Amino acid sequence: MASGAELIRQIKEQIEEVDPKEVHEISSNGHGNGSGPVIVDVREQHEFEESHLPGAVHVPRGHLESRIEGAVGSDRSKRVILYCASGQRSALAAHTLQELLGYEDVASMRGGITLWKDRGYEVEVPRALTPEQRERYSRHLLVPEVGLEGQMKLLDAKVLLLGAGGLGSPAALYLAAAGVGTLGIVDNDVVDLSNLQRQVAHSNDRIGVPKVDSAEISIHEINPDVKVEKYPVRLGADNIMEIIEGYDVVVDGLDNFPTRYLLNDASVRLQIPVVSASILGFEGQLSVFHPYEGPCYRCLYPTPPPAELAPSCGAAGVLGVLPGVMGLLQSVEVIKLVTGAGDTMAGRLLLYDALGTTFTELKVRRDPDCPICSRDPGDISDEEMGVFPDYEAFCAGAG
Amino acid sequence: MATIKIPPVLRGSVGGEKEVEASGSDVGEVLRSLASQHPETESQLFSEDGALNRYVNVYLNDEDVRVLDGLETSVSDGDTVVILPAMAGGGP
Repeated sequence: MASGAELIRQIKEQIEEVDPKEVHEISSNGHGNGSGPVIVDVREQHEFEESHLPGAVHVPRGHLESRIEGAVGSDRSKRVILYCASGQRSALAAHTLQELLGYEDVASMRGGITLWKDRGYEVEVPRALTPEQRERYSRHLLVPEVGLEGQMKLLDAKVLLLGAGGLGSPAALYLAAAGVGTLGIVDNDVVDLSNLQRQVAHSNDRIGVPKVDSAEISIHEINPDVKVEKYPVRLGADNIMEIIEGYDVVVDGLDNFPTRYLLNDASVRLQIPVVSASILGFEGQLSVFHPYEGPCYRCLYPTPPPAELAPSCGAAGVLGVLPGVMGLLQSVEVIKLVTGAGDTMAGRLLLYDALGTTFTELKVRRDPDCPICSRDPGDISDEEMGVFPDYEAFCAGAG
Repeated sequence: MATIKIPPVLRGSVGGEKEVEASGSDVGEVLRSLASQHPETESQLFSEDGALNRYVNVYLNDEDVRVLDGLETSVSDGDTVVILPAMAGGGP
């Protein structure tokens, strides 16, 4: 039987070893744009968290076979460079990838991160999750599209919920669970019995309690780490800029047109993406308005319909589950905006018909003549915010 | 024949239907055919001068007719015309 040291020596003869110098040249020349080799750290979690090569992905050797495809992709011809502390574990891992999993272009970095550091090359020292956070978000950490980096972005994110009602309730609960660091809530209403058919952030024993306080209780029951900023006010031209400034994403669950136009104009001025949904009966609409990257709300709807064609849910009724569906679709968009994963609904409008179970997708274009987003954000004045043609008549008609 | 998808707020004007079949060679003709079948929709779709109301978005399949040829956008058999007024429902 060969000794362990002998085995490693034999294996090193069967694989390619590269010098840290070569890896350093790759990582300082456009590594990370997706086309270059993938650098994989095969050490244990605590070693990776202490420091690692810039841009390296982490697949501990114990999980190599099950997680390598998630980190590298299924393309077996892709160049993969593995490293560990001294070059032994990565040699064994390279052998496994090459011989058992069919990766065709694998190498192990000689001398590992120890030699890398001796050469004076830089390392990345990641912020670490606490053991409790690692457990709480473990299912996010396993998804490559989120991972540690995405989870850190979520923990740093500030998301503002306009309304803690039908749409805001599910968004508040799931975004809290997902680990969004700060959740702002704007709502000046109190919990009413008729809200509980759909507004799941509230409860029977909190009827009469301000919705911001009730939602805060539910958020902290799920995730006590979330910082909750409460705004028990009605959003208006006098306070909107001050409230939304500093947030990364706004979740729009507003129930009326004047405030939606106001929000649009303020968010374009401050360049904050808005995830917008609306519901009526059995039908919902969803889109993302990402200022200057896609259309704004005014590009889609230059002017609101007259009051008789714009009933609110309170007046017209809504299936209780529908805002749950739409509020969670909004939450997914928020997470994608924060982490950068996937494609958002910017430039697209989704129509969901719950009765027929149909999803219709429509294209939304930027309007080159849009009264707001065709201009420089600095040129939009306080006076024109939220104003639209026939505004006076609309508001009189809406009572 | 094209299929017109009717939004919830207009369904009362078309006897509760979600979809209505209408004929016409362009979007304007199709919508006028809808208005002649269901006269109540006329004032909701068109202003007094015969133009489409500004608060009504109309799509041919998935494209906004404003970026096509407006009401003159030609319609083929089997196309879907989506009428979409803004909805505001959310919170309370």
